[in-house]
Amino acid sequence: MIEIQNINKTFNPGTVNEVKALCDVTCTIDEGSFVVLLGTNGSGKSTLLNAVAGNFLPDSGKITLDAIDITRMPEHKRAKYIGRVFQNPFSGTAPDMSIAENITLAAKRGLHRSLGWALPKTAIEEFREKVRPLNMGLEDRLDSPIGKLSGGQRQALTLLMATWLKPKLLLLDEHTAALDPKTASKVIQLTKEVVEKEKLTTMMVTHSMQQAVNLGDRILMLHNGRIVYEFNGQEKQRLKSNDLLALFDQIRRKDQIDATTADMIGHLYI
Amino acid sequence: MSLLIGAITIGLILALLALGIFISFRIFNFADITAEGSLTLGASISAAMIVAGFNPLLATLVALAGGFIAGALTGIIHTKFEINGLLSGILVMTALYSINLHVMGKSNVPLMSESTVITYFEDLAKWVMPGTETISLLGNSIPAKDIVILASVFVIVSIFGALLYAFFKSNFGTAMRATGNNQQMIRAQGVNTKTMIILGLAVSNALIALSGAILAQFQGFADVQMGIGMLVWGLASVIIGEALINDKSLGFLITGAIFGSVIFRLLVAVALRIGMNPNDLKLITALFVFIALVLPKILKKNRMKGIEIK
Repeated sequence: MIEIQNINKTFNPGTVNEVKALCDVTCTIDEGSFVVLLGTNGSGKSTLLNAVAGNFLPDSGKITLDAIDITRMPEHKRAKYIGRVFQNPFSGTAPDMSIAENITLAAKRGLHRSLGWALPKTAIEEFREKVRPLNMGLEDRLDSPIGKLSGGQRQALTLLMATWLKPKLLLLDEHTAALDPKTASKVIQLTKEVVEKEKLTTMMVTHSMQQAVNLGDRILMLHNGRIVYEFNGQEKQRLKSNDLLALFDQIRRKDQIDATTADMIGHLYI
Repeated sequence: MSLLIGAITIGLILALLALGIFISFRIFNFADITAEGSLTLGASISAAMIVAGFNPLLATLVALAGGFIAGALTGIIHTKFEINGLLSGILVMTALYSINLHVMGKSNVPLMSESTVITYFEDLAKWVMPGTETISLLGNSIPAKDIVILASVFVIVSIFGALLYAFFKSNFGTAMRATGNNQQMIRAQGVNTKTMIILGLAVSNALIALSGAILAQFQGFADVQMGIGMLVWGLASVIIGEALINDKSLGFLITGAIFGSVIFRLLVAVALRIGMNPNDLKLITALFVFIALVLPKILKKNRMKGIEIK
């Protein structure tokens, strides 16, 4: 279970570029829950994910994961509990190193790394068996550098690596946004399978209404750094992508009114 | 011929420098100029200790440890204080200049009359080949001790090359290589990238200091200026090795760096022999490295234009 309490984050405070990325965000995610985070650009959904992952420290608030306070824990220490797949296929793998070497790095996520041989023969066999179900023919290419693979293959591998050791929390940051539709749907299928099989607690950021509707058991919609809508259980299951689009429209219109109103007030009183 | 043997020996001694540069330049992707200070540091620590009467083997090991600390310092300045890698190296290199002068007490320490690690090798020669003063090789007679010194240095370099290979193939070393390749990725796998960079630069400079310590004992003196230009020298060795072997796997890269250093030293020896002005040496080395760095880019650009260069 992950508890996020009153998280605030302002980037570039005190400058013209000041951005209130997260304002008092609070939510609790139950064990085994699959939460989809939605929102417009700059709504704070990726920022929220990065706050949990530890890319930066929040200005205030508290984050606990299974009762462990991770608020001030550096990124590499909380990696022990967290599996991640990034938006950019280049982020999640070491391009000049082989598939097998990348996997062996993930197979020791958060564990002690000894001076023992990183790739014993027995490990290679195990890797091959676990890579085979991806159906990408990668099991025969374990020695080739990951940089030679396509974006889709890399994301599928990153997903496999993120879940190699069962994480307490899986973070997916628009992990199909850089892929073509066909590859994206394959990666989504793999995501669904692994999350269901391992009963992983998951937070996923997406721009795709389709994914938001089809995946997960809960939707959080963010806007201007706040959670503005939330759908759970039955309500989430009934939701259609059109409903979500309508909501987005509504949010956008509200924004426009705010701006014009401000403008009007400006004209009237200044 | 004797000149040739000498050139190969120095090439092998500087292969340790090339291995150190290989770590900073190829694993962590930045040219760590601490090398120029730590090479001299290794030379001055070993020279000062030998002159003070310490065991030369102990002196060499302390020199190695000194390089380790110098590299770690650059790593700490770079990661903990978030100063650009090149600048961190420059700071430590500059500081080391004074430290080296303090260690030696003067700018040049002769070792000609001292017992050094090289003396051990000469004793080894007397023990292996008693009574043999010279060996005939390809019609030339060469002092037997020179051959034994060359072989001993080769064994030392091979051992360090093999150790480095095993280290980078271990779980820990693999994580270190990944740190140089993709920091975001390896942090997400729970690795403290700062520690990795600090340790990596420490190991790199330990090898370089060792190179300096052996070089000083071989040439019979330590000089405060001897590190100048050594970074580019090491880069040239690494690049020649890569071009020569044309295989990006770790074992070949390490072997390549070692042989690159020997070949580069031989090229220099030949160039000096046929009358190149020694003052031009560093200019030509720099030009060479510049061309080696730029050439692949030009070839790539032309390939994109559709021109095949064979």
